[in-house]
Amino acid sequence: MSFEVILRSGLSTGTILLFAAIGEILTERAGIMNLGVEGMMLLGAMAAFKTALATGNPWLGLLAGIAAGGILSLAHALVTIHLRADQVVSGLSLTFLGTGLALVLGEGLTGQNAPLIPSADLPLLANLPYIGRLFFQNFNILVYVGYFFIPLSWYFINKTRPGMHLRAVGEKPSAADTLGINVVGVRYFYTFVGGCLAGLAGATISIAINPGWYSNLTTSGQGWIAVALVIFAQWNPVRAAMGGYFFGMLRRFMLDLQGPMLLLGFRNPFFYNHNLVFFLQMTPFLLTIIALVWGSRSATRKRLGAPAALGIPYIRGERGL
Amino acid sequence: MKIPYRIEMEKRLEENPKWLPIVTSLGAIVLAFLISGIILALIGGDPLRVFKFFYNAAFGSWGALSDVVVKATPLLLIGLGCGLAFRMKLWNIGAEGQFYIGAFFASLVVLVPLVPEDSPKIFVLTLMGIMGMFGGALYGFVPGFLKAKYNVNEIITTLMLNYVAIYWNNYWIFGKYSDAGFQMTPTFDKVAWLPRLADLARKYPAFSGITLHLGVVFGLIAAVVIWLIISRSRWGYVISLIGDNPKAAKYAGINITRNIILVMMLSGALAGLAGMSEVTGVVHRLQERISTNYGFSGVIVAWLAKLNPFATILVSFLFGALIVAGREIQPSGLSFFIQGTILFLVISSDVLLHYKIRLVRTTEEIA
Repeated sequence: MSFEVILRSGLSTGTILLFAAIGEILTERAGIMNLGVEGMMLLGAMAAFKTALATGNPWLGLLAGIAAGGILSLAHALVTIHLRADQVVSGLSLTFLGTGLALVLGEGLTGQNAPLIPSADLPLLANLPYIGRLFFQNFNILVYVGYFFIPLSWYFINKTRPGMHLRAVGEKPSAADTLGINVVGVRYFYTFVGGCLAGLAGATISIAINPGWYSNLTTSGQGWIAVALVIFAQWNPVRAAMGGYFFGMLRRFMLDLQGPMLLLGFRNPFFYNHNLVFFLQMTPFLLTIIALVWGSRSATRKRLGAPAALGIPYIRGERGL
Repeated sequence: MKIPYRIEMEKRLEENPKWLPIVTSLGAIVLAFLISGIILALIGGDPLRVFKFFYNAAFGSWGALSDVVVKATPLLLIGLGCGLAFRMKLWNIGAEGQFYIGAFFASLVVLVPLVPEDSPKIFVLTLMGIMGMFGGALYGFVPGFLKAKYNVNEIITTLMLNYVAIYWNNYWIFGKYSDAGFQMTPTFDKVAWLPRLADLARKYPAFSGITLHLGVVFGLIAAVVIWLIISRSRWGYVISLIGDNPKAAKYAGINITRNIILVMMLSGALAGLAGMSEVTGVVHRLQERISTNYGFSGVIVAWLAKLNPFATILVSFLFGALIVAGREIQPSGLSFFIQGTILFLVISSDVLLHYKIRLVRTTEEIA
């Protein structure tokens, strides 16, 4: 159990959560809550794996994963934006739909070996002493894409004109509408972008970080953790990324905890009684809840919170936000 | 080229005719099967053969039909609980976890054991029912409390607690009460089995092998009780008021915190009772995977039934059939997919209940 191993593993698996959470942040910033992340991720993972297997090209697989997540999210957009259905229920049914579709289409993929997105060193930065070895050497290329996403998404949301439109639509769509911003169009677009990123997160699992297709165990609840991260991060992509990496490190730490016979000089209970490992497996979920409680309290204290119009359909000319 | 028509939505002002929600729900179900058929055909299956197989697996014999009712029982209890919470716009997605914890608490009565050895059956089963409901209520209390006190999103907490409950049960199944190292506890004594129709086979040979157990009666009673609460009690009115207009409820002096916690506990208690009914009526031991996603299907059942307790009975029967048939069908994700499609179409068709949709000629406006 070494810090370096845990950190590097955390950066790898955290990338999955990073993509999914940043995608959900973009969607929610536009006022649409999409709880279907788990379903979109699973469908993306399946599509990426199946395409990579069929074409022999992992990059085509990646594209297919992104597209699958994006297309599925359009169903949510249609139902919530045009048909004004409840976003919570629609998101849940999206999870069912994505999971079911992924299981049906993913029949017989288990145990196969698809070509994977390669690992590489990041030029220049990899040569930095120590830091280079920790952060920039021999990672999957998607991990570096993740690094790049953090400042990019922050800058886009907070400092650019389309980012300002995005925030306006999520905070006060009627005002945005008055200024000539196409509220419906913006909401469709960012729901789609969020879906694409969830699909990317799924592809990151199946053809890069934890390769393979294990039916619904492929994502095993990470989509839901991503949704929780968004709230914990108070809709800030940088915090969401840090949370994602932290969860990734935690997962590796739990795994490594079972290895040694002695822990800080004591008999390691997890080594001697393997059943106690079930309690280790609970911790990420319990920590998510604790993080949520903590996040919600500090959000109330600082008067930070969800985009004001989150979950509310916009109907021109009617009372509301 | 511009299409000379535009779709316009207009709020329905008058009351809906009674048949409209039924027609839209039925339409959604039919359409969901059609879409699944198309998907099946696209991936190279024969939809007609599959659906025929579906029908036979669910309704082909008395035995199959009884299996359907057995599968419908937990769905009914969970659907009722979720429906009650949804009325208050409380998104309890944690029925799966509450089901597992209910099953665990009920099983403790036999596993610890909490009752003397030669206790009468009725006493053991009653205690198990109470423990199951207690466990579920406890597990509903946590997210309810966090929501009411700290405004923590209950969707996420209930979902996370689902995973926690499964690992919790696994610890006891594998670690403490394992049956000779297998992933299950020893079979319960007969005293902890819910009565089945098959028990009467000696008197009525037609019942031999029929798995239908008493749990379904719990479900039916619960449906009546929930109906009474919703439409005949003051509390039911309070629940609807909080759901529709929390601000008005607050100004009216209603204690929202307490009601959130109570409703979550009752919702959890029903899921816990479902867990008890499953371990005492079907598997007769605590083991892994006692639920085939009942918790999530229950959410769909509640929604499809438009939160109406009596409609929940019918819908859970339909979903029981889907699950029974889905067990034996390839590809295995199909019943999941049909459930998702049904829910999606139902919420889409709700728009027909709230709005009138018309095609308007745009060219006329210009002229």
